[in-house]
Amino acid sequence: MSKGILYDATLCIGCKLCEKGCAERNGLPYDDDVAAEQKQSAHKLTVVLTKNDKFMRRLCMNCQDPSCASVCPVGALRKTSEGPVTYDASRCMGCRYCMLACPFSVPKYEWDKPLPLVRKCDMCFDRVARGLQTACAEACPTGATKFGNREDLLSDAKDRIAKTPENYVNHIFGLNEVGGTSVLLLSSIPFEEFGYRADLSGEALPLLTYRVLSHIPDLVTIGGVALGGLWWLTNRKNEVAREEQGDKGGTPGGANEYAKT
Amino acid sequence: MQKPNITFWRVVLVLILLLGAYATMVRFTRGLGASTNLSDAFPWGLWVGFDVMCGVMLAAGGFTLTAAVYILNLREFKPIIRPTVLTAFLGYLLVVVALLFDLGRGYRIWHPLVMWNPRSVMFEVAWCVTLYSTVLALEFSSVVFERLRFPKLLRLQKMIVIPLVIAGVMLSTLHQSSLGSLYLIVPNKLYPLWYTPLLPVLFFLSALCVGLAMTIFESSMSARHFGKQLEMPLLRQLGRMLLVALGVYTVVRFQDLLHRGALHLLQWRSPETPLFVLEMLLCSFAPICLLLIPKVRKDADGLYLSSVLCLLGFVTNRLNIAITGMERSAGQQYFPKWTEISITLAIIASGFLVFALAVKYLPIFDRVASHQPVAEPETAGGKLPELSHVES
Repeated sequence: MSKGILYDATLCIGCKLCEKGCAERNGLPYDDDVAAEQKQSAHKLTVVLTKNDKFMRRLCMNCQDPSCASVCPVGALRKTSEGPVTYDASRCMGCRYCMLACPFSVPKYEWDKPLPLVRKCDMCFDRVARGLQTACAEACPTGATKFGNREDLLSDAKDRIAKTPENYVNHIFGLNEVGGTSVLLLSSIPFEEFGYRADLSGEALPLLTYRVLSHIPDLVTIGGVALGGLWWLTNRKNEVAREEQGDKGGTPGGANEYAKT
Repeated sequence: MQKPNITFWRVVLVLILLLGAYATMVRFTRGLGASTNLSDAFPWGLWVGFDVMCGVMLAAGGFTLTAAVYILNLREFKPIIRPTVLTAFLGYLLVVVALLFDLGRGYRIWHPLVMWNPRSVMFEVAWCVTLYSTVLALEFSSVVFERLRFPKLLRLQKMIVIPLVIAGVMLSTLHQSSLGSLYLIVPNKLYPLWYTPLLPVLFFLSALCVGLAMTIFESSMSARHFGKQLEMPLLRQLGRMLLVALGVYTVVRFQDLLHRGALHLLQWRSPETPLFVLEMLLCSFAPICLLLIPKVRKDADGLYLSSVLCLLGFVTNRLNIAITGMERSAGQQYFPKWTEISITLAIIASGFLVFALAVKYLPIFDRVASHQPVAEPETAGGKLPELSHVES
């Protein structure tokens, strides 16, 4: 069954223990300076954004049909059946198409390294595979970040909104966005306030390219036959013309023919 | 007996290459962060937008002309096929060089060939570029075989040239349009003046226009700088074809903008507006207006000017898609760092250099046209653009 994370901003106290747990799991340094950074980067895979007394996490949404996995020319990024979207660093050649394509701009790059890699949250794939919860969910003292089956989390989220609608904007972010994501968000203020796009359609973005790519085999076959046929037709016309002229060996521009005969 | 000829353009060339060498050192020792203005918010810049996207686009003369000569049997274009195929081949080689700079781990550039993801547009582009470069190399091999006097290989090459050309036309049209498809997945990031489901169609149509314009441009340049005869009837015919192609492109482009209701985005204050207007002026209105005038269409300089405007216009188009159109959603401006610019210039300069060397040592230009005195070593050699006093 597909796993997921439910983050309920109304329960968050901004302690940033999730950031710390994430850094430890990913072997990244974490100190007060890093804690103060208010954006995701190659050394900070999740961040608790603060706006007055409101909080909001940013992390990889681990989309159901991820753009990054669809665009990666070497298949380094993959959606697993457990839910996490994983990154195989040994395949990555560094084209950064995933960074361009991600609707949440999640994948970050190690710009300072001579041989850089992409870094992103992979929903603690190794832990999830062993039946553990993600590091961030484990670290969370208030239950704001909750790990579980995506479907259970979804009904939980719906319950919370139904029980105390005054606490929430009536929107589970990640339910439908770009075809749904493994990470689900609840908030008391609009998600746009924290930089989440409001203009995402409910359709998975990879479909936009697939619709075009799927025509290619057909186009190749049609094109091959058409071009071959065209060559045959035009050449035939010339042959006939030459025969009618009694074949003086002269095609137009024949004097300029470069290839040896 | 050949003394080194120090000319203005040669000095410029050497300076560009030296600066490029230094920038290359910076790039590979200190990484992309230190050598570019790229960032997490702006992962693709000049090297993708210009070197790759425009490089491939400007190589479109190759498939346009081989299709015209071999498939449509327009034999009169044969004299200019070799320089055009050479330019296309060099263009693709330079695109690969640029990729080695842009990729974070360039030494893994071969990965897409063995680690497949057929759902990725970039995977398809990688394969098409690889295969098409091979096709171009084989198409061009006849020149080398002829120079080295390998009649057997030459005959073998002639036997497979038609399938090669057909494969080449399909491969290049596929990835020309696929460069547009790369951006289909960012409907929320690319500004709607440029984002459209028709991106692959528009990229294909513009590649056709550019193919024709490049052929006019290259013929004129060769005439100016290598002292070759201009084939005026050919150029006029190319000019007429370019006019039609530009007309079709413009109509499709504006129909698309109208149907998507995107034209209202053209507001005075919007930073995208001037660049969109510049693009459309250069790639559509100016060359179309010029080519509609019979006097211009028949004149060598008029055709040259129209093709240059058209090329600049489509370069603007690619840069608008890769850079201008992405700035709003990225929430920041991007302007290339000196290292990015200098490496780009060095790549272009080495292209000119290799072309000049090839012209010197290989039978690129038609023999009939090249027995003129101006084709003697000291002028036909590695000289670059300053030879404009050699009138054709």
